[in-house]
Amino acid sequence: MWTIFTNNFGMFMEGLGYTLGASLLSLFFSLIIGTIFALLQINPSRTARIFGRIYVEFFRNVPLLVITMFFYVVIPRLGIPLSGFAAGSIGLTLYTSAFIAETVRAGIQSVDPGQMEAARSNGMTYVQAMRYIILPQAIKITVPPLGNQFINLVKNSSVLAFVAGFDLMYQGNLIASTTFETTTTYAIVGILYLIITLPMSYGMTYLDHRWSGRNTREEA
Amino acid sequence: MGDFAGAYQWVNIRYLLQGLWVTVALSAVSIVFSFIIGSVLGLLRYMKIPFLSKIVGFVIDIIRNLPLLLILFFTYFGLPSLGIRLDALPAAMVAMTVFESMMLAEIIRGGIQAVDPGQMEAARSNGLSYGQAMFHIILPQAFKKMIPAIVSQLISLVKDTSLATIIVLPELMYHGQVIYGQNTNYMVPIFIALTVLYFIVCFSLSLISRYLDRRLAA
Repeated sequence: MWTIFTNNFGMFMEGLGYTLGASLLSLFFSLIIGTIFALLQINPSRTARIFGRIYVEFFRNVPLLVITMFFYVVIPRLGIPLSGFAAGSIGLTLYTSAFIAETVRAGIQSVDPGQMEAARSNGMTYVQAMRYIILPQAIKITVPPLGNQFINLVKNSSVLAFVAGFDLMYQGNLIASTTFETTTTYAIVGILYLIITLPMSYGMTYLDHRWSGRNTREEA
Repeated sequence: MGDFAGAYQWVNIRYLLQGLWVTVALSAVSIVFSFIIGSVLGLLRYMKIPFLSKIVGFVIDIIRNLPLLLILFFTYFGLPSLGIRLDALPAAMVAMTVFESMMLAEIIRGGIQAVDPGQMEAARSNGLSYGQAMFHIILPQAFKKMIPAIVSQLISLVKDTSLATIIVLPELMYHGQVIYGQNTNYMVPIFIALTVLYFIVCFSLSLISRYLDRRLAA
């Protein structure tokens, strides 16, 4: 196992780099897009709410692979060249943004509506109240589920293997098909994924316990 | 860009529907098995049996933090070198069941933990055994809380069956790729068809979840 790892160290690390790169890139953009669509869904305007709802329901109910393959095989035919990595990252971003929108919306809606009323009756505009009163409170509730979305994102980034995205799964397949040591190679790939996801997973459980514990004490 | 009439001729539609049937069958089998295995593992982890619960918890945490695609590759390409050779369909079923039962186990454990511990104490002090209290008092309450999470996991499961296209399982995504592989003018219409078919299956699951949520909350 150790020789497979050391002999292909460069490929494994390159794969890890692409996996982390795609995950962080997609996390950044899907946080922005997700928050926008969360705000649209709780917007006073009915049209905005419906638009937000359609976006979220669409991307939540279609497989990530379909979205990614669309960007990989269809979009380049329209004259927009996209590498496998780019197509994969766009697919990941759109897919994840729908889940983040749901998480953020749930976080905002769990803030007592009295907070908004109080802020508004103190003369704040809707945007000010959202920005200074509601969102800061919502973030605390949202962090553990957002962490879980990031873990899902890292796992889902393996879809890049379908579109030659040079990620960990893709490199693992290359190594497995050249060395014929399939089980060992997949075991190494698994360990490398776990190095990213497992600490995140335990960290989020810890935060969840700590913060929910503090909340109940505050209420008591 | 798109030859809709050609792409939607009956041969192609029938081919897509055959793929949809494999997708639905694979999902259904995996859902049944992973629900059973997930419930057992979730309960085992919750019950804090010395040693056993720790091992179960460790296995759950390892597997659910791995990509399903890796588990699928391992099952289909890795196991043969250990002497276990599975065809595409059984391999996909095994991989999906292993992965999804760990995800469900965690949801089920979380649901049980979310029930007020006072419920168990009250049930026990009214003379119910641990098993009786669990099945008649705790699980029914926990199940109500778990429904949204379980259904969204099942939706993920249906969507994830598309990954099995990489081990040449003739499911919906694979059949779609075969059709647009023959004629590039079919690409856009076929992607629209794939999107619509997956959406119908997954969205009807969300509607069932909403219905159950309302029925049980009332």
